[in-house]
Amino acid sequence: MSTFTTPARRGTPPPAARKARGGVLPWLAVPALVLFVAFGVIPLIGVLFLSFTSWDGLGEIQLSGLTSWRAVLGDPNLLHSLWVTLLVMVVSWAVQTPASILLGVFLAGRQRYRAVLAVLYFIPLLLSQAAIAIAYKALLDPNFGLGAGLHIDLLIQDWLGEPILAFSVVIFVVSWQFIPFHSLIYQGGVRQIPQSLYEAAEIDGAGRVRKFFSITLPQLKYTIITSSTLMVVGSLTFFDLIFVLTAGGPADATRVLALDMYKRGFQASQMGPASAIAVILVLVGLALALLLRRLGGRDANASQMEGA
Amino acid sequence: MGIPLGAALAACGTSGPTPAGGGASSGGTANNKATYWFLSVQPQEGVRTRAVERFNKANPNGQIAFTALQNDAYKTKIKTSIGAGQAPTIIWGWGGGTLRTYVQAGQVEDLTPWFEQNPAVKDRLFASSFGAATIDGKIYAMPAETMQPIVLYYNKKVFDQVGVKPPESWADIMALVPKFNAAGIAPFSLGGQSRWTNMMWLEFLFDRIGGPEVFQAVFDAKKDAWSNPAALDALTKLQELVKANGFIKGFSSITADSNADQALLYTGKAAMMLHGGWTYGSMKTDGGDFVSGGHLGYMNFPPVDGGKGDPSNTVGNPGQYLSISSKATPEQKEIAKKFFATAVLNDEDVKEWAGTGAVPIVNGADSAFATSEDADFLKFVYGIASNAKTFAQSWDQALSPAAAEVLLDNIAKLFQLSITPQEFVTNMNAVIGS
Repeated sequence: MSTFTTPARRGTPPPAARKARGGVLPWLAVPALVLFVAFGVIPLIGVLFLSFTSWDGLGEIQLSGLTSWRAVLGDPNLLHSLWVTLLVMVVSWAVQTPASILLGVFLAGRQRYRAVLAVLYFIPLLLSQAAIAIAYKALLDPNFGLGAGLHIDLLIQDWLGEPILAFSVVIFVVSWQFIPFHSLIYQGGVRQIPQSLYEAAEIDGAGRVRKFFSITLPQLKYTIITSSTLMVVGSLTFFDLIFVLTAGGPADATRVLALDMYKRGFQASQMGPASAIAVILVLVGLALALLLRRLGGRDANASQMEGA
Repeated sequence: MGIPLGAALAACGTSGPTPAGGGASSGGTANNKATYWFLSVQPQEGVRTRAVERFNKANPNGQIAFTALQNDAYKTKIKTSIGAGQAPTIIWGWGGGTLRTYVQAGQVEDLTPWFEQNPAVKDRLFASSFGAATIDGKIYAMPAETMQPIVLYYNKKVFDQVGVKPPESWADIMALVPKFNAAGIAPFSLGGQSRWTNMMWLEFLFDRIGGPEVFQAVFDAKKDAWSNPAALDALTKLQELVKANGFIKGFSSITADSNADQALLYTGKAAMMLHGGWTYGSMKTDGGDFVSGGHLGYMNFPPVDGGKGDPSNTVGNPGQYLSISSKATPEQKEIAKKFFATAVLNDEDVKEWAGTGAVPIVNGADSAFATSEDADFLKFVYGIASNAKTFAQSWDQALSPAAAEVLLDNIAKLFQLSITPQEFVTNMNAVIGS
């Protein structure tokens, strides 16, 4: 875990790599491309096609033009699901990012106890989302859960039955699981910052806080963009956790777009509208990824290391 | 374009059986095995498994291979498999609206001629069980297993402790609520996250207040059928019960699949529970001496004062249903029919089902109860079923999957108090007949 001893230098690639371009190199992308086309592009085309049909999953697939799209876009539930999805995205980003940066900076230190903690922090990421959801559901049960078992009244809340509480629980569990992952990204990012920057700042008399805000954070800019893209686009597809934890409930308080899609497709047997929602999900995801890249400036690959 | 898509979807699920339609028979029994999927929860799973095993022993040349699946997983998997033309030979189900979608897609065999040729098979079964198997006058499924009316259960220990009597009317229920709440006991247990659990309340309130005609009008897709004053009254009464804290705290996050709602009743955290007849068996297994010690009380849903519905009416599952896939080979269909005629609800099977604390849908099944340790409950259920003027099918099973989903969604919101009864009516009127 501590092999990042020398800061990686960006700049001109070594001549060997330049030579290989146009030779063997493009072929290395073939396996990934084949998989992407087979499991990404082709199903996507299928879904796009299905969104212009009526199909109950059983009978004939019938072309029905824009019927499914009209049904979906005219449904007030779509706006609600979009709103919930957006809320999950924004709030979980706002909770995870500061926590991950701080933890990442902390873990970037080379003290041994921090390495031990890093391993411990990493555990939630190793668990399956469904397993986590089942565990939390059991712990938070107001009648048989942790609060009732330990007789702590504060913990005996209707955690998953009140809209705001249920939403908060979803955010909490998501953060609990993914903060370790993003901390790891930030840890790597922090370790790439050249020590000379800090030394220079120390000579100028900067304290810890000043160093954090003036060196660490600006240097982490691209790490933040990477991590945020993963968080934001990832939060579009939260499904298993919410499905098991609240099933979108109470009522529709935590029904994100992905869950809405599943319910329409596999519970209500309306594959047309479900596919339309899937297309919307893809478009929203693409738009967000592009937007985040733009936020990173014209050239996200530009070096920040001048003078380092 | 359509076929590869369907196949791709099916491939997303777990491994299916060998394609029922493929492979012409060459005489080997391995190729001619009929397939059969059913639900996996005990004790019912054991009964289903043993019925198949007995059949296979008696018919070495026409075997059935079975797979047991969990309830919710099964509902999704069976739909995808049928859509992909990979259905098992014998399709287990609840009849009603879902069966109708199979029929419309031409995926299940018309069994009417077979029943005409085998009147003995048909006449043994409860006539009422054929309703949900009949689509547009034709029978597409063999009624099987047991009937499961919804029953109002109560914990006698808790009633003694608080010093009250079981309710005899809706007014009694509303009077009991504050008494139990004052004693720190939830009046009603409810697994509200499952949604169909909430629906059972409306099914009874609609029936008791307005009679079975109210929902029948919805089922028949009459315009604005939900606007019936009886419907509005039932929805309002239900929300009154929610507002009076009639249901256990956190009910909207409890699932019925985990049986947590039953646990609340037998641990005395809740006093009453409205639930299917099948929960008797699981409370007997899980509840320690709760059932065997005679602490479980049960009754039909009480009348609502001034209501038009007959208090003997009940709702629930009038049976379970076995259909034959139209994509199966002729040999497989023959095996399935032989299974229906000789193994489904034969004397041995009837005895086994009665042993689970449920009533098999066979005329005169009550004679098998006398020796059962659950004789009282079985006689009670048999009495409900045989006396009921109307045994209505569960709404979500009767309606098409699309309409059922909207219904369940609105019911959850109604229980959450996030929509008013009037909004419920408006939302539901908008999707009538869909």
